[in-house]
Amino acid sequence: MRLGKHTYSTILSVQGPLLFLDRVIEARMSEVVRITFPDGHEAEGEVLKIEGDVVLIQVIGESRGLDADHTQVAFTDAIKQAPLSLAVLNRAFDGSFRPIDGRPMFIPDRWAPVSGLPLNPVARLRPEDLIETGVSAIDGLNTLVKGQKLPIFSCAGLPSREIAAGILEHARAGTTDASGGGGGSVVVFVALGLTYHEHAFYQQALERMRGDSVAFINLASDPVVERLLAPRFGLTVAEHLAFEHGRDVLVLVTDMTNYCDALREVSAAREELPGRRGYPGYMYSDLASLYERAGRIKGTPGSVTLLPIVTMPEDDITHPIPDLTGYITEGQIVLSRELHQRGIFPPVDVLPSLSRLMQRGIGAGRTRDDHRAIANALYMHYATGRDLRRLEAIVGREGMSDADKKMLDFADAFEHEIVHQGTVRRAIGETLDASRGLLERFGLLTP
Amino acid sequence: MNGRIINGRIMGISGPTVSVELPGLKLYERVTVGHARMMGEVVRLERGRSIVQVYESTRGLSVGEPAVATGTQLTVRLGPGLLGQMFDGLQRPLESLYAEHGPFLQAGRESSRSWNARSLHFVPTKKAGGSIKIGEAIGYVEEGPIRHHLLADQAGVIDAIREGELDPQSPVVSLSDGRQIFAFHDWPVRLPRPYRRKLTHFEPLVTGQRSIDFLFPLARGGNAIFPGGFGTGKTILEQTIAKFAQADIVVYVGCGERGNEMAEMLDDFTHLADPWTKRPLMSRTIVAVNTSNMPVAAREASIYTAVTMAEYYRDLGYNVLLLADSLSRWAEALREISSALEEMPGEEGYPTYLSSRIAGFFARAGAVETLDGRTGSLTMILSISPPGGDFTEPVTQACLRTTGSFFMLDTDLAHRRHFPAINWFQSFSLYERDVSAYFEERVSQEWSTLRQQTRAFLQQEASLREVVEIVGTEGLQDADRLLMKTTEEIRRKFLMQNAYTEDAFSSPQETLERIRQILKRHTAASERLEKGELLDNILKERA
Repeated sequence: MRLGKHTYSTILSVQGPLLFLDRVIEARMSEVVRITFPDGHEAEGEVLKIEGDVVLIQVIGESRGLDADHTQVAFTDAIKQAPLSLAVLNRAFDGSFRPIDGRPMFIPDRWAPVSGLPLNPVARLRPEDLIETGVSAIDGLNTLVKGQKLPIFSCAGLPSREIAAGILEHARAGTTDASGGGGGSVVVFVALGLTYHEHAFYQQALERMRGDSVAFINLASDPVVERLLAPRFGLTVAEHLAFEHGRDVLVLVTDMTNYCDALREVSAAREELPGRRGYPGYMYSDLASLYERAGRIKGTPGSVTLLPIVTMPEDDITHPIPDLTGYITEGQIVLSRELHQRGIFPPVDVLPSLSRLMQRGIGAGRTRDDHRAIANALYMHYATGRDLRRLEAIVGREGMSDADKKMLDFADAFEHEIVHQGTVRRAIGETLDASRGLLERFGLLTP
Repeated sequence: MNGRIINGRIMGISGPTVSVELPGLKLYERVTVGHARMMGEVVRLERGRSIVQVYESTRGLSVGEPAVATGTQLTVRLGPGLLGQMFDGLQRPLESLYAEHGPFLQAGRESSRSWNARSLHFVPTKKAGGSIKIGEAIGYVEEGPIRHHLLADQAGVIDAIREGELDPQSPVVSLSDGRQIFAFHDWPVRLPRPYRRKLTHFEPLVTGQRSIDFLFPLARGGNAIFPGGFGTGKTILEQTIAKFAQADIVVYVGCGERGNEMAEMLDDFTHLADPWTKRPLMSRTIVAVNTSNMPVAAREASIYTAVTMAEYYRDLGYNVLLLADSLSRWAEALREISSALEEMPGEEGYPTYLSSRIAGFFARAGAVETLDGRTGSLTMILSISPPGGDFTEPVTQACLRTTGSFFMLDTDLAHRRHFPAINWFQSFSLYERDVSAYFEERVSQEWSTLRQQTRAFLQQEASLREVVEIVGTEGLQDADRLLMKTTEEIRRKFLMQNAYTEDAFSSPQETLERIRQILKRHTAASERLEKGELLDNILKERA
């Protein structure tokens, strides 16, 4: 503990969002600093690195207007914390947790560090309770469960936000509407680097939603460094609502690609060794420090479920952002440009999609006893059909056997009847009935 | 220890590393830093300044806080009672931490109870007045599936030997000259435990996975890697092998992977039985976990913590299997620390000593004659997560130079839900010839012949597929169509194995019987085909 406030104006250099400060006594790693600009306005910063009495500070917010002579930096002796209270519900904040809904800031019950703490693996409760998203391609074939982290891999121009908005409106924890341990579900919506147009779209979706929500909005024009902070605020709030108030929290983060680009920008300014495609070598650990906060705790009713949206640069699933994401998350929902162009909505390509935690979330007592058999049959026959499409392109439909033609028809029917559903919500029972009907029509379901 | 406790202070902090001003440190000495007394290890010495990698998050740590040398290296405590426990990467018992400090892991928090505090009853087999030699058993503790012998680490005449509950603080044996033998001892994790010699004869390590046991068999004391992109089933395969492999002891390291998966695994392991002994699986298993969001330096240490515990049981004469998921996360931790040290990077930012560290780690596997003449083995199976599923990356390539078997997990197979997604063309096992004799002797003389035939069929199928791509199945000759049918059966009914059903485990006898039936049906069908029967009729009957 320090007794007095330490204030310095010994700036060595300013590089983009970074500031080097000299002759600092006993700085703390990740300590929050307050920076007073020559014109009198203030911004926050965070200590990134300390070497003797030289301290590297990341300015959160705009660094334009900083100078080397008059700028003052005050050390607060505390690391970044988030204010916690139930009053956070149905409010909207910016990436620095300032209200942007025109109402005054709430009075927090307490504060918690935004970086969170790792959950002891033995304290984790195995995720196995269904979240019904109302989307057949997810509920039927890539089931989401409470406490899971399941990203949506999208491509530029694909309707990922319509899907996300649909999930916001339609998602229900448990198989029935009336469920949820202590007070139902909450959506924490974190927008990173969104354009105003996209933001307005989500704004309407949140308004249409019936349950509680909390929004953290960082627009494309907002400071880049706040993109690194906003998801941490969102997750700290989510953990508080889930594990102290027993709510089932669905955290939707869009777009993680903007988060990773912000990370790269800061890393490059720090002159760190770039890894693949210029992203820093610690990006895996950094992403894990966000994604791994999803989960459930033994003896506690709530849950944190994470749905990040990742726009794959160049539609490339091996790009470091989707790649590292896929290695940490428990599966992925992959959108396909081809399906989108054929007018299928949502354009979910079920073949590369996967939900690792599906096995325990489905079947008798959870969804329906025939769920697994239906999902396996759909998957297998659709994969065969898709394979045959390549052959069809070479030899033409006429050159194919009747059995092969049937599988081609099945793949088409599957895409149009099961994957395609428009904006209508489908309950899990409806999804399974439709799938069963389809399989029976093609004589593919062995009873 | 050694009465040499020196206090210093923190000079600088960068990511997971801290520079301290603390004279007289040794390389790899353990140091505690900060008021929270967080553990760290010296990784670089400079005059007046040493760099310590810290096994906790450095957030909130301040320059000027104390740094204390301990005089010891990073060690683990070895002794009876390790089985069935769950540790973090530094051997802290996770159950006790949970009970004492709640669900979240806080920096510097230690458990007041050591893992060996639970009651273990020691039964002496030697009497006071008798003499003992080094390596001789002095008594035992019943531990899960094994009778855990305590071995003398000193020779002499027994003055007193104490039956009853083991106490970590007091000796089990006092020798007549005043020396003492304890049930527990500490061992530096980075130092391989000694043995008399490595053995060169090989027995297979049966995994219960048909594609591994039959096509790419693993030897006890060998090592295997399986790289695969995400979604290729690395973790499931790793956990399935942990459940069913024919090993006395399994040490599982969750290195930089998912927390929920560990929860699933712990849940499964407490409810499932070991197929070989029918005892609860957890009773033969030690788990070391450092999930991806736990401190990165501890992730680097976790595989060494685990391998040292594995070597300890090897030295007691057991067949130990070490599984790590995944080695790539360990290598990334190494890279993160190296980059914080501002070392000259090698390929893709990894330090240049990556491949020598990997080779050094792999060398700790082996079947050995222990110091007291027992035979034990330590087998390693390590998963690798190559970025973008690209096997030309440095970690996979460094491992390929040292590994004895390579199971390539194929994204294409995984997308077809062919699990385990082991590619049968690219994978290899250098132990194949060593262990074939065993299978031929114990299971069937046909083992190698059938394997050859299976390989040949799969190879032919690959060439036929190219033809089919152009002309369609209709354009094939009947014999070839039959072969395609047979290989489809081999793939679906033999190579594929559902990890969630009874089929998850297949004994070598069952494995052989299954492939024999498939190949027998093929021979019968081709004979009928030669006699002029129509293929469609033959296939209809078979279906």
